[in-house]
Amino acid sequence: MSTSVTTLTGNRGLQVEEKLIFEQDQPGRTAVDLPAVEPYLDRLGGLRRRGAIGLPGLSEPQVVRHYTRLSQKNYGIDTGFYPLGSCTMKHNPRLNEKMARLPGLADIHPFQPESTVQGALKLMHQLAHWLKTLTGMPAVALSPAAGAHGELCGVMAIRAALEARGETRTKVLCPESAHGTNPATAALVGFEVESIPATADGRVDMAALKARLGPDVAAFMVTNPNTCGLFERDIIEISQAVHQVGAYVYMDGANYNAIVGRVRVADLGVDAMHINLHKTFSTPHGGGGPGSGPTVLSAALAPYAPVPYVVEQADGAFHLVEQVLEATASGQQPFGRMKGYHGQFGVFVRALSYMMAMGRDGLFQASGDAVLNANYLLARLSAALSPSFDGPVMHEALFDDRFLKDTGVTTLDFAKAMIDEGFHPMTMYFPLVVHGALLMEPTETESRESLDAFIEAVLGLAERAKAGDAEAFQQAPRLTPRRRLDETAAARRPVLRWTPAVE
Amino acid sequence: MRYLPLTADDRRAMLAAIGVETVEDLFRDLPASARIQDPAAAFDLPDHQGEWEIEQALSALAGQNLSAATAPSFLGAGAYRHHTPAALDYLIQRGEFLTAYTPYQPEVSQGTLQALFEFQTQVAMITGMEVANASMYDGATACAEAAAMACRVTKRKKVLVSGSVHPHFAETTTTFLRYTDCEVEVLSPDVFGLEDLLGRLDDDLACVIVQTPGFFGPLKDYTTLAEAAHEYGALLVVATTEPLSLGLVTSPGEMGADIVVAEGQSLATPPGFGGPGVGLFATRSKYVRQMPGRLCGETVDVDGRRGWVLTLSTREQHIRREKATSNICTNSGLIALAFTIHMTLLGEAGFTGLAELNHARACAAADALGKVKGVRVLSQTFFNEFALSLPKPAEQVVEALAARGILGGVPASRFFPTYPELAEVLLVTVTEMNSDEQVAALVAALTEILA
Amino acid sequence: MTTLYYTEDHEWIAVDGDVATVGITAYAAGQLGDVVFVEVPDDGKAVSKGKEAAVVESVKAASDVYAPVSGTVIEGNQALVDNPALVNESPEGDGWFFRMTLSDIGELSGLMDKTAYEALIAAAG
Repeated sequence: MSTSVTTLTGNRGLQVEEKLIFEQDQPGRTAVDLPAVEPYLDRLGGLRRRGAIGLPGLSEPQVVRHYTRLSQKNYGIDTGFYPLGSCTMKHNPRLNEKMARLPGLADIHPFQPESTVQGALKLMHQLAHWLKTLTGMPAVALSPAAGAHGELCGVMAIRAALEARGETRTKVLCPESAHGTNPATAALVGFEVESIPATADGRVDMAALKARLGPDVAAFMVTNPNTCGLFERDIIEISQAVHQVGAYVYMDGANYNAIVGRVRVADLGVDAMHINLHKTFSTPHGGGGPGSGPTVLSAALAPYAPVPYVVEQADGAFHLVEQVLEATASGQQPFGRMKGYHGQFGVFVRALSYMMAMGRDGLFQASGDAVLNANYLLARLSAALSPSFDGPVMHEALFDDRFLKDTGVTTLDFAKAMIDEGFHPMTMYFPLVVHGALLMEPTETESRESLDAFIEAVLGLAERAKAGDAEAFQQAPRLTPRRRLDETAAARRPVLRWTPAVE
Repeated sequence: MRYLPLTADDRRAMLAAIGVETVEDLFRDLPASARIQDPAAAFDLPDHQGEWEIEQALSALAGQNLSAATAPSFLGAGAYRHHTPAALDYLIQRGEFLTAYTPYQPEVSQGTLQALFEFQTQVAMITGMEVANASMYDGATACAEAAAMACRVTKRKKVLVSGSVHPHFAETTTTFLRYTDCEVEVLSPDVFGLEDLLGRLDDDLACVIVQTPGFFGPLKDYTTLAEAAHEYGALLVVATTEPLSLGLVTSPGEMGADIVVAEGQSLATPPGFGGPGVGLFATRSKYVRQMPGRLCGETVDVDGRRGWVLTLSTREQHIRREKATSNICTNSGLIALAFTIHMTLLGEAGFTGLAELNHARACAAADALGKVKGVRVLSQTFFNEFALSLPKPAEQVVEALAARGILGGVPASRFFPTYPELAEVLLVTVTEMNSDEQVAALVAALTEILA
Repeated sequence: MTTLYYTEDHEWIAVDGDVATVGITAYAAGQLGDVVFVEVPDDGKAVSKGKEAAVVESVKAASDVYAPVSGTVIEGNQALVDNPALVNESPEGDGWFFRMTLSDIGELSGLMDKTAYEALIAAAG
């Protein structure tokens, strides 16, 4: 039974249909007022643009209304529970936004003289201190722009270290449950990737790993906790085995929220780990970024860290080393530069603001509550759903679609029905190691009331699925601004921009 | 702690439901030798703090910086300071934009997706290209990815980077391809726009990368270069660090570019000490399957209504894994949103008008600065940034200007310390934010310093 | 006279003398879901048994299509470039991927016949 209320306009109360800006164009209209330009002799060398660009003209009221209406079609953490696995959708504190907008932090230019930005360099230095202290690692590269970029940083440092030793190793090993960025990153650094299987309890098969380790292996890329939400309890033994063959341990830190403050990754034998500031350290996801992926490095890899990096000088002043030549003159061997300018500074401010708000005691409690919340979900949902592994889990719980067997309802259908119930679905179909995966990460910023409401809804849906009401699930969602969209058509005949109708 | 809703009662009840005694029991898989029980003993870090304590600490750090809010700023070199309309910051802080994730569930993400579709269209329009993606991390990494894409498309291994290209773009590209079998050659800095690229084309070249406006200011018509490159089967990649220039100058697409990359910061966000920015990436439709990054496409839902989804995902890491076009996952969604909102506020009239205003002010300032004794304007053509030659090392002059409370320009030596002939070159940017009084103050201060 | 063989990777190969047509089976097409894009090999390309020869993409997955035997590609099916849906509509007919000449007829003896293939997919459940 779909909602059969129809309206004249297609609008549905507060849900207002909104055309593209290009469909609201009136030439000459604009939402800014600019001073007039007196005639002058230009220096464009004859390259003045001719012809219209085609940008639409709207007034300020229309623009505000346009984006307000668009925002109302979106679900965010501010809206409700967002249990995406390995994404750590925790509350984004507004203090962070206020701090990032302080003029002394927002309105400074990357290429001002250093003496005029000591506060900014000191902030980066402090952030680095927090990350190194929490992880126990001696060095951190702040410049990577996101998690995958941090992976690239770590794996490039590994390759640089191997080349400095005069070695050519061609293989990187990843667990079969690894996130796609891991093999993609390894390939970018010229490595071939091989998979290591898991045991029945969802962890890396140590015997298989040890059997495969050899002098051709450059690194083992491990996620810990892994993508099934389980802690790799043999990590110390794994690291020892990897180091024994002269290889390095890269840890994917996407799931760091489970263990922050609970263990120093240095003590687990890690050589490099990226940290997602936009996951563990609360900076906003913004609909797809920006993120920040600082990568902590062991003493073995620290010499290869890319430029730029901040150093504290003897006189207490802070200096940014931007040139590879300057770095090598002081004994470093950076593999190069990963991006323009100095890193995601606006994200650094937000992350530091959060770290200061939480403190070492708060971060310790946060990982505890994150793990508690995930185990609570597991405990309350185990009977009705099919957990893929025995607990305890870390910060996320993995289920598969065995509980939907013979119901005619798929994981996808189940997720779409959750949307109508007011929840953003959990991650679906990842990791690939179980069938029809449902991966839930609640985070520590969910109240028990919020978790209970979610649990009740999921239990109710599971019951309905088993009762045989498959059609209701296949029709879902019914109450959203758009219902299921044709992704096949979008891929077969891609329309990736608006084009004016040909006159 | 204000971000942690669970109470002691909650925890007790939840532990009972799980069937363990304490939260520590849930961490039993952590190796005993490494497990931390007491954060106070383990970490030399402060405990939690309230809001005003944090505000005071961070304001103190902010106070140690000289910001353009108080000091006239003529800085560019890849990061530009423009006015962003007041409405923009309010709109991007709406929680449904700020706290949303990547739009993988399109039914509850039509806001993000429609904005991305509009963004992609605007980027394609201003660059003069057929299709654009939903953003990269920044201009420099977009440039590196363009080089990698050109190697894939042409199945060749050589990349030539013009001396007009921002050194960070060149370095990032070199680093990105360092462990592949592609080679990157970077030409020496091209102050006057006179380097000969035509003579360096050959059959091994995957692409040549140029920048307009060039790092030192000059505008060039790359049409001939595009045609010549195509004869050799190579691609032309055009980069820009100041996308506002596209409101006044012939677009790279019109010149025959195959890929256009840009740093979008100037139209999206204040300089922010260099990040986060947003990478723009546009190309021809025929290369779309080789393009990295996310793409938003139009489609219909089951009721036949128009909507948007992420599409062509099989190029990406989460599906193609080691055969993906890139490893990029998170990109720069919120800054892309800021960019598109600003472009929408500007519209055609505002975008072209703002560009005209910038150039007009830069021309007037260049004239005034050129009259200062000992100063020569090196750029014959420019958009809003030009190069000056000074009679003293530019770095010293910049420090002296800073001591007078003026952020007067970026010395070329900051980027090219091993080129002594560039020690006296200063890059100066003039935007709509630089009033006549500010320009006059710069002229006066410079005159005094060089006297 | 044409003989049909099958591989464990769900490709079919229809052999007539030393020329063959290769595609994916209806079972494989069903597993993939809606096919959105196909990359067929270039004319004249050498292919080896068990190595990638083509790529087939659905919305959520990309799969390699392997050459069942070694040889040289005569032509890729250009119709699939414009209309990838053909793979779903007629996987064992008009949705063929490429035609090739065989370099080693002996390799055919390692492939399954229709009965063996049907048993394989029945066992997969």
